[in-house]
Amino acid sequence: METEMEELLEILEDLHPEVDFETCERLIDDKILDSFDIVSVIAEINERFDVAITAEKITPENFNSAKALYALIRKLEDGE
Amino acid sequence: MQNNVLDYLNNIVRVKPDKTAFADVRREMTFSEVYEQSRAVATFLYRKGIEKQPVVVFMRKSPEEITTFFGVIAAGDFYVPIDEEMPSVRIGLILENVKAGMLICDASTYQAAGKLPFHGEIVCYEDICGTDVEEEALRKIYDRAIDTDPIYIVFTSGSTGVPKGVAACHRSVIDYIEQLSEVLEFDEDTVFGSQTPLYFDACLKELYPTLKFGATTWLIPRELFSLPVKLVEFLNEHKVNTICWVVSALTMVSAFDTFRTVTPKYLRNIAFGSEVFPIKQFRRWREALPDARFTNLYGPTEGTGMCCYYKVERELQDGEVIPIGRPFRNTEILLLNERDERAGEGEEGEICIRGTSLTLGYYNDFERTREAFVQNPLNTAYPELIYRTGDIGRFNERGELVFVSRKDYQIKHMGHRIELGEIEANVNMLEPVKIAGCVYDDTRGRILLYYVGELSEKELAEALKDKLPRYMIPNRIVRLEKMPFTANGKIDRVALRAAVGK
Repeated sequence: METEMEELLEILEDLHPEVDFETCERLIDDKILDSFDIVSVIAEINERFDVAITAEKITPENFNSAKALYALIRKLEDGE
Repeated sequence: MQNNVLDYLNNIVRVKPDKTAFADVRREMTFSEVYEQSRAVATFLYRKGIEKQPVVVFMRKSPEEITTFFGVIAAGDFYVPIDEEMPSVRIGLILENVKAGMLICDASTYQAAGKLPFHGEIVCYEDICGTDVEEEALRKIYDRAIDTDPIYIVFTSGSTGVPKGVAACHRSVIDYIEQLSEVLEFDEDTVFGSQTPLYFDACLKELYPTLKFGATTWLIPRELFSLPVKLVEFLNEHKVNTICWVVSALTMVSAFDTFRTVTPKYLRNIAFGSEVFPIKQFRRWREALPDARFTNLYGPTEGTGMCCYYKVERELQDGEVIPIGRPFRNTEILLLNERDERAGEGEEGEICIRGTSLTLGYYNDFERTREAFVQNPLNTAYPELIYRTGDIGRFNERGELVFVSRKDYQIKHMGHRIELGEIEANVNMLEPVKIAGCVYDDTRGRILLYYVGELSEKELAEALKDKLPRYMIPNRIVRLEKMPFTANGKIDRVALRAAVGK
């Protein structure tokens, strides 16, 4: 069974097959993810992980890397 | 009678010289600065002998870029905006189409400008905005101007892979601005928050009413459209009360419950268009801003901008599509059926536009102009052009115009008008690709590309980046062993669509 991290990477790679999401830490700062992508990513996360990411969580810090995004999902899953 | 869009500027500079006209996070420019510097740019072009010619403007989205547009018009020329966001192949096609002799850039785009396939002269805004103004020369150019002279060319997606340059004139822009201002009730207290890039006609909604009324336009940094809370904070900080945004920008704010954290305090006038507004998201906006006016707008670039409006005043049913309503004054919508007759009651027909708001057509492309700008089939007495939009509509039982579908493979994605054929044409140009088919998944708003060929999905995505704008890059790329075909040998889009989600 694939892990949640793998599933997240799959969502991201679907959008940008050319980006190495395991290492990139400047997804927002370098404008790799734009608003199109963020809307799609959040919709996918909502569907697959059943967590809702609300506006105040959409910050550069939470979206700059797959790792940070994964941490956010875990936090939301734990009901924080 | 006003016959020049610059009359708006020439008048307002006397009334409100020191008010902020256009601003971004770097700089605010007053009406007198915009006036003076636009005339400096115009004088520079005059001295170069450039009149009644296209001038390419390649600058960052800024008050200075807007000023340059007006400068180009004051020189009797027409502006052709291009942008660093555009892929290089597309810029190449645009430059090839317009064959301009002059390109104006700024310090931030100067290096990139040098790498363009452009053979004319390149100048920097910073170097020409201080040119001593020759009033007499500019006065003569102004006197010579005719309201059917073009003032800009903007490019829209073309199904053959070559974008089409829509040229608009003073007359059509004046007509549009007058009617739009009346419908949306702009005035001198209007503070616009501009979302759209300056290389589309969508920005006309802010630029010219700002001059007409002495209003103010704030250019919103693009990255804020990924950060909804910061976006609303920006609107509040600058007291923005009016926005004309694409639907996807509005839903991005409402879908993430932004209003629980922060509400746009000053917003009272919200216009949207280019896409269907999901009722659920629309209701969130109306709940957050119960006193605001909401207006749905509809119109193609070829009709200068918007040509129909619908003020959302009644309660909308679940699943109801917000109508596109009725035409602006001085514009008629003809709904023509397959026999080119007026569609009967409740019958579907192609939405065709009649009136002054028609643009001049596609620049340097008589053939494609003739296909879309045609003689009004209901008029056999004298020459009269209508524009066939390719959109299918009908009148509902309330007499409101409703959008039904497209005749062809054109779609609306994130507010952008896209020919799926243009995406396919660009994919097919890649050597290892044998055949490609594109479909649109309406329910999830995704462009899906299927192809057969000797390259990976990753390589294909990478190659497309140079050819297509960001918003045209497929959201999902799938390599197939075999392309499904219909009995008469066309790509079987129904089969491809059925594969969606598998």
